[in-house]
Amino acid sequence: MFQKLCQIIGKNILDCCAAAGRMSILFVDTMKRLKDADMKEVFRQMALLGADSLPIVLMTILCTGMVFSVQTAKEFVRFGAASSVGGIVAIAMARELVPVLTGVVVAGRIGAAIAAEIGTMKVTEQIDALRVMAANPVSFLVVPRFIAIVLMMPVLVIFANLIGNIGGWIVAHYYAGIGTFTYENSIKVLAETYDMVGGMIKSSVFGAIIAIVGCYKGLNAPNGAEGVGLATTASVVLSIILIFITNYFLSIVLYV
Amino acid sequence: MTNKEPVIKIRKLKIAFGSKIVLNEIDLDLYPGETLAVIGPSGTGKSTVLKVLTGLLKPTSGSVVINGQETNDFDEAQWDELRKYMGVVFQYSALFDFLSVGENVAFGLRRHFNLPEEEIQKRVQTLLQLVGLPDAKDMMPSELSGGMKKRVGLARALAMEPQIVFYDEPTAGLDPVMTMTISRLIRKAQEKVGIASLLVTHDMESVFVAADRVAMLYNGKIVQIGTVDEIKNSTNPVVRAFISGQELKKED
Repeated sequence: MFQKLCQIIGKNILDCCAAAGRMSILFVDTMKRLKDADMKEVFRQMALLGADSLPIVLMTILCTGMVFSVQTAKEFVRFGAASSVGGIVAIAMARELVPVLTGVVVAGRIGAAIAAEIGTMKVTEQIDALRVMAANPVSFLVVPRFIAIVLMMPVLVIFANLIGNIGGWIVAHYYAGIGTFTYENSIKVLAETYDMVGGMIKSSVFGAIIAIVGCYKGLNAPNGAEGVGLATTASVVLSIILIFITNYFLSIVLYV
Repeated sequence: MTNKEPVIKIRKLKIAFGSKIVLNEIDLDLYPGETLAVIGPSGTGKSTVLKVLTGLLKPTSGSVVINGQETNDFDEAQWDELRKYMGVVFQYSALFDFLSVGENVAFGLRRHFNLPEEEIQKRVQTLLQLVGLPDAKDMMPSELSGGMKKRVGLARALAMEPQIVFYDEPTAGLDPVMTMTISRLIRKAQEKVGIASLLVTHDMESVFVAADRVAMLYNGKIVQIGTVDEIKNSTNPVVRAFISGQELKKED
């Protein structure tokens, strides 16, 4: 019994290590092949993966900004710190909430789409077809998606910060009665451009994670429709876990 | 055939997945200008031969010489160089579903040849005409029937004017009329362009129309190899049973 349990745990650990190794190899291979990027395909992917995610990202972050303001504004006013609300909301959004939540939303929407698309190509022999036509699947499929997400994530973050702060202001102004000038001034005094730049750097790293995990899971999808489904789910779950773990270390490196 | 140097020379090729031996030390030659059919029941490793010959699978042991080059130690870049002279028709067509029919056919040309757009379009049109789909250029693969997809797959495989073409069950799942159409197309493509073709199938009708020589694969071994007539009149019980559609008894 105990031996069997150890075997199961051991096998899972070995499988995880193997997957991590293969994903690292895919990442290195992608970096090596960045120069092969077909710019037309990169722009197509940027529109597909980036621009189309904007509405759902804006919606998520608008609600987050408003809710954050709901939770902080009245309390801060009670303690006589109304002039800090704007800055606190802006910093929290720029450093953590916007990059992480954008990452989670994009992992759910784009990471899943990538894994499903590439997984379907795998099970219908399209990946083999690419290879026998001397088109490297990493250059042709992974590189454009990788570049597109890494470039589009910071752009999404800029828009998300804007809408998040507007959401925060709406609630602070109409719910807690904080003046527009006070709110705006608080942002100017407390927040720095670096807060957002750091968030943009984070989001690019999350983008790289989403692209590599999505492509890896797609390229290694087990056969059949069920395989594509499994690859898609696994890509979202793994991307989100990795985003949260990486976020902790990036926060330390960028802001401490 | 024997006076020519083979384009593909397989010697003692062995493929095993764990303890399961799929191909057990087979020898096979493919000569320029001929169509060799590899027949056998499902699951005997016919498609595995194609995977090895296209570099998608590494052999467990043995030697595969293509165009005079030993491929055992080839890396992906060396394979890519060799693949430019190969065309593959996949069992389920494997058309790129994000590209139109015309772009599927033009895929290899765009990537590997620096041709003017006009020339590419001309070649695509000629190939689509050859496979009997002159008006399908702007259609998407999802709009095509199974038979049409196979024909586009054939046009795509021939686009780069390959020296060797591999067909993986090109007539599987097609009606008898379409089976004959595809088989005649394979023959026509070979006669017109003079390429060496390796046809993997279990469809005997297709073999009799398209092939020059036939190799019968069974239990990981080649049980007989010969011309179409020799196979038709074979005295080998396994070959006879397979051709007449009788159940093959598992041999040790």
